[in-house]
Amino acid sequence: MKIASPNKKLKTEWIFLIIAVLLYLSVYFFQADKMLIILKAYGKLLINILPIFIFVYLIMLVSNYFVDNKILKKHMGESGTLKGWLIAVVAGIISIGPIYMWYPLMQDLKQKGVKDRFLAAFLFNRGIKLQWLPILLAYFGLLYSIILMLVMALLSVPQGLITERLIALSKRTK
Amino acid sequence: MKINKQKLKQANKKAQKAFLKVLPIILGMLLIVSMVNNLVPKSFYSHFFSGHIFSDSLIGALLGSLLMGNPISAYILGDGFIKNGVSLVAVTAFLTAWTTVGIIQLPAESIVLGKEFAIFRNLTAFVMSIITAILTVYIMGFFR
Repeated sequence: MKIASPNKKLKTEWIFLIIAVLLYLSVYFFQADKMLIILKAYGKLLINILPIFIFVYLIMLVSNYFVDNKILKKHMGESGTLKGWLIAVVAGIISIGPIYMWYPLMQDLKQKGVKDRFLAAFLFNRGIKLQWLPILLAYFGLLYSIILMLVMALLSVPQGLITERLIALSKRTK
Repeated sequence: MKINKQKLKQANKKAQKAFLKVLPIILGMLLIVSMVNNLVPKSFYSHFFSGHIFSDSLIGALLGSLLMGNPISAYILGDGFIKNGVSLVAVTAFLTAWTTVGIIQLPAESIVLGKEFAIFRNLTAFVMSIITAILTVYIMGFFR
């Protein structure tokens, strides 16, 4: 299993920023008059987002303090129960970090007998980013954010079931 | 409740690390968004999005599946799309697919969780992102 090392990932992220800066500098060659306008818009975006950054950081801190991966792992092992679904949904919602950081745990859970439907539901619910909720709220409003989160959480169950069914059908046809 | 200082220190360190890791991407994305908003004419997105609820959500989901990064980047881009006249259904499909479908991560997911799991999970997540978008906007209609 080859997963990008943290250092390699960090490099990629800085390369992304460098590319963005280079793209910005390239504006000089075709629309130089827009450079200052872009910079002002960038500053405005940064100022608008700063208080949310602080709030997001606090959420990250609290979730890191209270959420224990071992507990998640233990309860997600219960297959076919409502509790199992609830754990898959909630764990997906509260999980943080890039998806590939969760692959080893997913693999481990799979080997321990956790059904594919729970793993799929967990991964679908990672779409609901609790730590980024203030930003979603700031951009799209409370009503939209609540409905989106509820719809995603509910649809993660049939998504998990369909995924597992398709895998079973695929294996049967082989 | 007694606070475990050591645990809090570790949680803080972890949060700092996670935050600093995404910071260059956020800064880069904000710069790209500022550029796109000021350089790309509003009419540009109309070439991708037709205004039809189903095809728009399909295009939104496709864009979300192909692009990757921190969800905050998707929110910023999605907000930019809306400001450029793209429908909320398409933007919701885009946001949902961004965070649940990963075409770029597909090889890694296949290696770790199995080829069938990765393919079918991404496929169902793609379809569900469109259904999520349609349902979300439909339900929102009841509250307006």
